[in-house]
Amino acid sequence: MVMSHDDIFETVGKPLLNDGRIKISCRNVNVYYGEKRAIKDVSVDIAEKEVTSFIGPSGCGKSTFLCCINRMNDTIKDCRFEGNITIDGENIYDRTMDPVLLRARIGMVFQKPNPFPKSIYQNVAYGPRIHGLARNKSELDEIVITSLEKAGLFNEVKDQLDHPGTSLSGGQQQRLCIARAISVQPEIILMDEPCSALDPIATAKIEELIDELRQNYTIIIVTHSMQQAARVSQRTAFFHLGSLVEVDDTNTIFVNPEHRLTQDYITGRYG
Amino acid sequence: MNRADLNSHEDRLQLIKSKLKWRYAKENIFRAAGIIAILSALAMLAILFISIIGSGYSAFQQTFIRLDITFDQDVIDPDHKKDPDVLSQADYGGLVRTALGKMFPDISDRREKRDLYSIVSSGAAFQLREMVMEKSGLIGTTQQVWLPADDDVDMYIKGHIQLEAEGSGRIKENTVRWIDNLIEQKSLKKKFNTTFFTGGDSREPELAGIWGAIVGTFYTMIVTLALSFPLGVATAVYLEEFAPKNIWTDIIEVNINNLAAVPSIVFGLLGLAVFLNFFGLPRSAPLVGGLVLTLMTLPTIIIASRASLLAVPPSIRAGALGVGASRMQSVLHHVLPLALPGMLTGTIIGMARALGETAPLLMIGMVAFIVDIPVGVFDKATVLPVQIYLWADSPERAFVERTSATIMVLLAFLLIMNALAVILRKKFERRW
Repeated sequence: MVMSHDDIFETVGKPLLNDGRIKISCRNVNVYYGEKRAIKDVSVDIAEKEVTSFIGPSGCGKSTFLCCINRMNDTIKDCRFEGNITIDGENIYDRTMDPVLLRARIGMVFQKPNPFPKSIYQNVAYGPRIHGLARNKSELDEIVITSLEKAGLFNEVKDQLDHPGTSLSGGQQQRLCIARAISVQPEIILMDEPCSALDPIATAKIEELIDELRQNYTIIIVTHSMQQAARVSQRTAFFHLGSLVEVDDTNTIFVNPEHRLTQDYITGRYG
Repeated sequence: MNRADLNSHEDRLQLIKSKLKWRYAKENIFRAAGIIAILSALAMLAILFISIIGSGYSAFQQTFIRLDITFDQDVIDPDHKKDPDVLSQADYGGLVRTALGKMFPDISDRREKRDLYSIVSSGAAFQLREMVMEKSGLIGTTQQVWLPADDDVDMYIKGHIQLEAEGSGRIKENTVRWIDNLIEQKSLKKKFNTTFFTGGDSREPELAGIWGAIVGTFYTMIVTLALSFPLGVATAVYLEEFAPKNIWTDIIEVNINNLAAVPSIVFGLLGLAVFLNFFGLPRSAPLVGGLVLTLMTLPTIIIASRASLLAVPPSIRAGALGVGASRMQSVLHHVLPLALPGMLTGTIIGMARALGETAPLLMIGMVAFIVDIPVGVFDKATVLPVQIYLWADSPERAFVERTSATIMVLLAFLLIMNALAVILRKKFERRW
């Protein structure tokens, strides 16, 4: 099968939800980098307190699409957005929506662990501090400790909160970044290939953590590893060349995919 | 060997081996060339230092002559009132002459007397006046005082000028006789030249010092730093972090890079036209010098600051934005602290360049002969490199060693600043 960048695929499976679980709803999203159309007419619903994973080959637009949800694309030059994304029914691309306020509601974890070159404490305390979430030092301490506990890191670092965050191992750094993200008590956490720079043991810890976090947060994870998508997510979306090819329950996607491309991808025939 | 032979394994290895020797030889030639280049640069540097230190070290000592000065009541304070006006206008030169006359009583010829009086510096009278003004109790007493010798005597003692055939040299036969006589009496010796470090400029080399130029340099540098660092950093931050990338910012960037390469005298002409003629700021003032050097230093600081901002990984910005920091907060809280060491290094290097700058300051009148030590940025002043330029132009032999000594002081300042830049960079360097 010959495919070109001009192809647009109709989304199959169950992209839209019709029950009350919708947290994020995207309609006809198109993203352009200059002349290039990076996201093509994507419509999908993301369910509340569930893990949704985005899979697909490199350059398929899954990270770009993820960055649309907290408007990180705003900072990229030449990037143009069309369409509609609502969170709890509120249009985030509305002119009255403040991207800073939006990002306080949506935590983000990046591909490469990127703790600030400050102490572990300061890393976690930074978000609550700039938003003024703590009235005094003890409240701030509590937020930092709770966030580190939720990220499963507190026991490992409780004696070295004043050590630089960059002195931790890669897996610990990534969990520190997760603690930093949940310190502002977001509703949604976006994860852009959070385990791609980690070894299998650190990866397993993060996956365990994601499973715990989903009770309180809506999580979207972009991943290259299909096993990871199968392990941690309830719903899976398969992207290809900027199109959303198929969205369905993770089980269905991995056991009985509808689209031939999805089938080829998950069985490793291409990608 | 033709291509077909290469089919066998041994032949292929043989071919690679035969070329290997030449490949290693090439590497060795390259390394040798590098070492030769470094050694020749070091040799040039050594020659520079040896020649400057060789001709300059003697300026740190000055010849002094001991005289028994009688602070004659009738000469200094005939009315016994100790009125400062009277005290300051007394004929102190006369006291020196009397003391010299007493030391060599057998000289009566007028011309010889004039030669005798000239072995002591004309600044000796000022030194005596200051002593009396400070302590009027000296009046009426006789004191042993070390007074600076004239620069020709100093140069003769240091061996820079010799006694030449009748009347042709700077120093005469009778003077040499007196000097020998003084040395015999232990009344002439070389002492540390404090005046060189504490005095202002003077026409008399033995009275000339660099303190005025150092203070002028200090004020000029303060103005330069206070203006160019905040302006440069703010410009770099705006251009790198906030400005849209379009044709206008491209034009600005090209112009900034261009300005860094503009000959410094052009900035001096600009300063003359704008700061002096248009704004009417005072001529020869450190304020104007600092303004001109700011124009010259800004591009350097901006370029260095932008480079160090660019070196901060984008993931740090993304992390800050991700927890909901505004762009301003992500820059102020995270990017700027990480880029600051690089910015400081660039600033110090820019300041070191400004410290050694002469040409633009000539244009705005900082080349004037200024005796007084400046006390503010509006006072007339000169700076170290300009002082070097001025003294290098002076005909007296004694200014040659003072020029070299000033260069040594300037080089010491430059070394300190550049070392500071290296230390700062090493200390605050962060890894991600």
